[in-house]
Amino acid sequence: MEYTSLSDEDIEAMLGSIGVSSIEELFSHLPEALRLRGRLDLPCLASEEEVIERLQELAGNNSGSHTHTSFLGGGVYDHFIPSVVKHMLLRSEFYSSYTPYQPELSQGNLQAMFEFQTMVCEITGLEVANASMYDGSTSTAEAALMAMRITRRPKVLVSSLLHPSYRSVLRTFLVNSPVVELGLTPGAATNLAELESAVDCETACMIVQFPNFFGTVEDLEAIADICWHKGALMVVVTNEPFCFGVLKSPGELGADIAVGEFQPFGIPVSYGGPYAGFFASRMKHVRQMPGRMIGETVDVKGRRGYVVTLATREQFIRREKATSNICTSQSLFALASTIYLSLLGSRGLRELSEQNLSKAEYAKRRLGEHVELPFAAPTFNEFVYKCPGARGVLGKLARKGFLGGVPLDEHYPEFTDHVLFAVTERRTRDEIDGFADALKGVLG
Amino acid sequence: MDTPEHLKYTTEHEWAKVDGDLVVVGITDFAQDALGEIVYVELPDKGDEITKGDSFAAVESTKSVSDLFAPISGEIVDINEVLIESPETVNDDPYGEGWIAKISPYDRVELEDLMNSDDYNDYVESQFEE
Repeated sequence: MEYTSLSDEDIEAMLGSIGVSSIEELFSHLPEALRLRGRLDLPCLASEEEVIERLQELAGNNSGSHTHTSFLGGGVYDHFIPSVVKHMLLRSEFYSSYTPYQPELSQGNLQAMFEFQTMVCEITGLEVANASMYDGSTSTAEAALMAMRITRRPKVLVSSLLHPSYRSVLRTFLVNSPVVELGLTPGAATNLAELESAVDCETACMIVQFPNFFGTVEDLEAIADICWHKGALMVVVTNEPFCFGVLKSPGELGADIAVGEFQPFGIPVSYGGPYAGFFASRMKHVRQMPGRMIGETVDVKGRRGYVVTLATREQFIRREKATSNICTSQSLFALASTIYLSLLGSRGLRELSEQNLSKAEYAKRRLGEHVELPFAAPTFNEFVYKCPGARGVLGKLARKGFLGGVPLDEHYPEFTDHVLFAVTERRTRDEIDGFADALKGVLG
Repeated sequence: MDTPEHLKYTTEHEWAKVDGDLVVVGITDFAQDALGEIVYVELPDKGDEITKGDSFAAVESTKSVSDLFAPISGEIVDINEVLIESPETVNDDPYGEGWIAKISPYDRVELEDLMNSDDYNDYVESQFEE
């Protein structure tokens, strides 16, 4: 096919047929303040070498876990990624392919997605998983929609200790449905008394994060029990699935749907995304699941093969009645997680998980010598500390080479001076001790 | 193509049969053949109130999903639970064991708008010609 850019005559003809006099007029509805007047402010020509130098200089201004000792978490976690993950991903068979539309030709891709689904099921303790979603927030919103389809009920309850960005995406998806946010207890857990009174026979589901945004390990069994009595489903959201190396899985604790983020499994932190969302459910609800799903079968000769299954739920077949308007997946990052987890194995996952837990507990003890730990509830690799003038303290710590956590008051104004602090296996005892000493020094 | 004479037919390839006070509904032999192997039937709930023309159930084959549209307004009083485990019954016996739902109609006069078997045969033939 020949590619020829639009001629002036083409543009005239197109404008004429929609009754607009100029291209400028197409943008006339945009507020004047947002319009670009004049040309883009671009520097004059430079050679490739000069451009690379300039970009490297600019990149040198970035700071992050490669320049500082990072204790940042809040939904994204800094774990070590073996280089084999990247080298496998860069194979062109994987790297260059989008979600396959003649899927059965790509048996290797399908097998990788099938392995991913299997790992999601093993980790969440549920029976069926899809081939991934865009990220944790969209999988959360899709879980709410799925619960509404299953129960045919309109109302969604959500813990205010669900990640603030996830809640924001949820509200966007459910702009026409009642979404009720439940408060928290003084112990930084979802308020179950509020849940008891809010859940009713109009409630499709209760969405709870595990561990929650403050790091607390919620009492899922109690929540599941309250939901069950009213016929509502429990949706469990996890953005640090490493916790399942030491904690019971959502499936074991009564979740109907488990969703969240696989970023901690082999996906770099990189500015907050993109990552890979996971989505798992009980088999009886499989037809209401959104997204792509891969099944294992045999061909006419009895050889093992993989197919896209239950595609009839998807938008390209079911149109407006599809279970979701997303009929793609985050295949490359899901593959990264699959490779990463296959390197770890179940023993490795448990071992790393224990390291996260015990290093965080050690950090609690060291930090507790200098600052207040306001919540006593059990946590995994993330907890909250409180110190006077926290934002100023964090700035001073950054100058000493430490990213000392995420201030909570950005999303929870009532929690001034509270800081969310994550400790992964990458943090050494020396770094934790060094941070505790720096904190002591800054607080004077 | 099998088109029993004692049934009424819709342009969406459902059949309806008067059974005492109730109207039994299913899909036609032509429809099951066109869909191919049926793998899932999404049944309505007992007690659902439906209006003529509403989508009230769906039949899923390996390659597509087709909605069923109510041939008459009324309340769903019974559903064919056999289809939950054995959806292929719709292929095997579309006018008998493969029925989908029983409706208690608000006004049986609505059935008079439907086609008889000769009209339905002509309709299918004309669709096929197109």
